[in-house]
Amino acid sequence: MAKYLLIESRSPWESGDVSYLFGLARDLAAAGNEVTLFLVQNGVLPARRGAQDHGLAELSRKVTLLADGFSLRERAIAENGLITGARVSNVEAVVDLLAEGVRAIWH
Amino acid sequence: MATITIGLMDPPYESSNVVTGLRIVDAALRRGHHVNVFLYEGAVALGFADQKPHANPVKGTTVEEQEHPNPKDWVRGLFELAAERGVKLDWVNCGLCVDERGVEKQVEGARRGSPADAWKLAEASEGFLYVATR
Repeated sequence: MAKYLLIESRSPWESGDVSYLFGLARDLAAAGNEVTLFLVQNGVLPARRGAQDHGLAELSRKVTLLADGFSLRERAIAENGLITGARVSNVEAVVDLLAEGVRAIWH
Repeated sequence: MATITIGLMDPPYESSNVVTGLRIVDAALRRGHHVNVFLYEGAVALGFADQKPHANPVKGTTVEEQEHPNPKDWVRGLFELAAERGVKLDWVNCGLCVDERGVEKQVEGARRGSPADAWKLAEASEGFLYVATR
């Protein structure tokens, strides 16, 4: 089992590739890997409660789902306004995972 | 204490990727890690020393009122932070990318390298993240 960090910086409304990254996260987790999906920049938008469902809530039951607090504040998304399963985090979490030697992918 | 390598590709003033990438570098230094940054393509202009703040003639604001941020100052700040924390910041520009853009004059501490350095730095690091451009 390996540890993966997938960072999504785009929203599903600006890039169709986002669904592929979510799918990669789901498949890596299904294969027994430990996966963290870190949402940053416009990537936090689908984590807003009330946003069109892109499968994040379901995905959060299989991977650790983190949303960058700085990006949320930039977009006026309240920390208590996230979908179930998403946790507010920050880039320090990214640093800690990198220092552990996680395999990291940016999209 | 670990060594982390971050790769950046985006030029100044065009993408939030730069801000996020530099936030990660800043956080890693504050965590006490050594950090390598490999700058490729437009990102080599981040440390270009001749960047200048400017007034805004449309708004009629002065240079001081505008407080225009220059990424070179952020890069300098990262070097200062590394020195304060007693950790190493290795800022490596793709040399050919520098030549193409004429941004040879860099902030103190930046050095010239090649894409092969991206691989070498990653090999020598516990963690590696390449912030790919769009």
